[in-house]
Amino acid sequence: MKLTKTLMATTALTLAGTTAIADGHMASEMTIVSWGGAYSASQQAAYHDPYAEMTGVTIINDESSSEAVAKLRAMNEAGNVTWDVVDVVAADAIRLCDEGLALEINHDEQLAPGDDGSTASEDFGDLIVSDCFIPQIVYSTTAGYRTDLVGDTPPTSICAMFDLDTYPGNRSLEKNPINNMEWALLCDGVAAEDVYDVLETDEGIAQAFAKLDTIKDNVVWWSAGADTPQLLADGEVVMGTTYNGRLFSLIEEQNQPVGMLWDAQVFDLDGWIIPTGLSPEREARALDYVRFATDTQRLADQAKYISYGPARASSAPLVGKHATLGIDMAQHMPTDPENAKNTFLYNYEWWADYRDDLDAKFQAWLAQ
Amino acid sequence: MTDAAGPVLAADGTPLKKSLNRALRRQKMRALMLIAPLLLFILITFIWPIAQMLLRSVENQIVSDVLPRTVVAVVEWDASTEEAPGDPVFEALAQDMMVAVEQKQHTRLGSRLNYETTGVSSLFRKSGRAVDEMGELAMDQFVALDEGFEAPANWAVNLGTADWNAALTDWVNNGEEGNAPRFAADPGAAEALPQTTRLYGDFANFVASDGDNPLDEDIWPILFHTLAQELPSADLSSVAGTGLPLVAAQGPVAGFETEDIKAAFIDIDEDWASVEVWQTIQTYSPDFTNGYFLNSIDMQKSPDGAEWRPEDQQIYLTLFWRTMLMSFVITCSCILLGYPVAWLLANLPASKANLLMILVLLPFWTSLLVRTSAWKVLLQQQGVINELLVWIGLVGDENRLALINNATGTIIAMTHILLPFMILPLYSVMKTIPPSYLRAAKSLGATNWTAFWRVYFPQSVPGIGAGSILVFILSIGYYITPEIVGGTKGVFISNRIAYHISSSLNWGLAAALGSILLAIVLIFYWMYDKIVGIDNVKLGG
Repeated sequence: MKLTKTLMATTALTLAGTTAIADGHMASEMTIVSWGGAYSASQQAAYHDPYAEMTGVTIINDESSSEAVAKLRAMNEAGNVTWDVVDVVAADAIRLCDEGLALEINHDEQLAPGDDGSTASEDFGDLIVSDCFIPQIVYSTTAGYRTDLVGDTPPTSICAMFDLDTYPGNRSLEKNPINNMEWALLCDGVAAEDVYDVLETDEGIAQAFAKLDTIKDNVVWWSAGADTPQLLADGEVVMGTTYNGRLFSLIEEQNQPVGMLWDAQVFDLDGWIIPTGLSPEREARALDYVRFATDTQRLADQAKYISYGPARASSAPLVGKHATLGIDMAQHMPTDPENAKNTFLYNYEWWADYRDDLDAKFQAWLAQ
Repeated sequence: MTDAAGPVLAADGTPLKKSLNRALRRQKMRALMLIAPLLLFILITFIWPIAQMLLRSVENQIVSDVLPRTVVAVVEWDASTEEAPGDPVFEALAQDMMVAVEQKQHTRLGSRLNYETTGVSSLFRKSGRAVDEMGELAMDQFVALDEGFEAPANWAVNLGTADWNAALTDWVNNGEEGNAPRFAADPGAAEALPQTTRLYGDFANFVASDGDNPLDEDIWPILFHTLAQELPSADLSSVAGTGLPLVAAQGPVAGFETEDIKAAFIDIDEDWASVEVWQTIQTYSPDFTNGYFLNSIDMQKSPDGAEWRPEDQQIYLTLFWRTMLMSFVITCSCILLGYPVAWLLANLPASKANLLMILVLLPFWTSLLVRTSAWKVLLQQQGVINELLVWIGLVGDENRLALINNATGTIIAMTHILLPFMILPLYSVMKTIPPSYLRAAKSLGATNWTAFWRVYFPQSVPGIGAGSILVFILSIGYYITPEIVGGTKGVFISNRIAYHISSSLNWGLAAALGSILLAIVLIFYWMYDKIVGIDNVKLGG
């Protein structure tokens, strides 16, 4: 029986110890979840460092945003949410809000007003796509091409992706129906405003797959944002899609012979959510952080480090030069009028409905 | 001779048999205690999660939890009439939705049912935004009739027990510490106004769980509607409470203008009139479902039982078959490549064998991701191998080999990664085969081949068996390597499982796919045991 007693005693001690640590954690530390890489670095410089200096809070970075929804759901089921603030794309924010895993925010009350005197909800405008979502940046999924492999006539339209005669060679597309289906229809003569109506029909889906079929043998499918830049740099593909910030760093920071194709770029949003189930102190801390990190100046600051557009209208005039390269950042923003001549807005509501169905069809199509 | 008839006794006088049993039991207990930490650890971190995951593959309580009234009401509905269910089902739906919206459960259910029928997700989200207006017509009429209907406290007095009301008052007087007491329905009220009382109970419990006071919060409009439906025909003699002017209202309420809830739902979204949506709710209303398992084998539930999914959605059987086939190919190539290496390891002098062993183990100690990414650099079209072949002139610049982003890539990379799992068991078995057997065979006139095939090889079979089981089972569950180098033709079923766990959040389907994979592995193990015999497997010595 001695053994049992020892075991029980050790267990009790360990439990007590963990609780003590958890309590200490709440007071002075917070865990912020984001995407890692250059993106997290830009947040570190623009938000985390100034906030830590101001408040003395230690910020722990976790790079789990790509599986944030699954992990938050698991944490919630286990009743132990260890994250304080989470950076997610808008579609994930909607799902988290749907599942009751993200805190609903009163944007006007809980976020800072704009520097130009507008309220937060006016300043963010349409970008508040969910009650739980605190917009941070506008990014786009767009295409890049090897300037040395496309001959004398560099592509000017997304439809070059489907033009194997003029631009022979491999392309890289995301292993996912989102965006690809829309582009296929656009390049098959469907008007931008009709794309989702057409995609709701079986014929429309067949039409999109038929268009994708024309290039299927020449597509390398990517699943991580870093894949296309790597494939372009290696010359494995002539052109490919990825996030505009990745292409910016490939072109401007790594000086690769790659050109940017802004045509039919698909806008998407990224921002913060605060998980539900936090203790009151942690929730207050998280709200305080988010209020600070999404004010006009902070959002404009982030654009010094990465070419994503600040989500507040009032931040746009404050966007300056890149922190190390010294180049003007405004023209590299997806929202710059020069770049945003022909854009496409990712339809969250529509994809929330059709994602499961189209994904099954897309995967079956890939496997054929 | 005197003791011969009695039992043999131990030194302390107890029968020997008993004493022996006790000693044995003590020994067993001690042994159990020794392995208890490990046993507990495995139970908690391995068996329990697996059991839970298996349960998820059939679990479906969410529908009846979120729509308890609707699933009961919709049982009677006959889908073959080609018409949406009648008013009572929509009344039940309005009540369920109100509770679900407050508890933020409706969108969860929406995403669950969206796996089965496209469009349900936005249907529930949209309806959730509008449902709190349902019943406002009745509410306005009640309040116009008597303002007493607006006071939450009156509802509490009428529908809750006296004890609950007293407990509630105590709670308020004690500064609202913690949550308000859970609702207890007054039996009389529950008999006269069953739906209203039940819905009020949900209201009171929800408000309490939110940390608020049921006596302060506004009554849901749908409660007024429900009351208006029930009141005219209710026998109020059993209702003891005197909060709401029920008896006085009974007459006028019969003349109230009633809201058409069904029309209101169809007004929010015409999909509520669709037979397909209601069929999905009806089909998935039981607490347990085989839907996920059917889905895992490219089938689906339909009113006439299980049927194949449309051809453009069938994928899982292909993936299961591909996973088996490619794991088999990988196992075979591991045997082919690993056997000679293991033989060398076992037969070279110790110094050289050690060096070779390090070469075998070195990649084993390198990160899996690094090794897989290295293969990417080697195999891609502008990669090392293709460049070399073009330089030698074996392939033309235009016809570079596609060695990656397809099945070939997966097989090459996985064979390399799993090779040590084949070599090590083979080596440990070969090490125990005495070299003198081969010499004896040769001295008796066998050729090199006969000596190897008839004498050496049969003795190394247990090693092949152990290695094959290891490699095959490991590769069936592999997912990182196929994801990186497999393209579309070289991915496994585990990649889909990962997708459903982390992206589509269809954990039920992921669990069903995982369970099938587990069953397949167990079947292979059983077959192996029957054919080769598990006792013939040697992992060492």
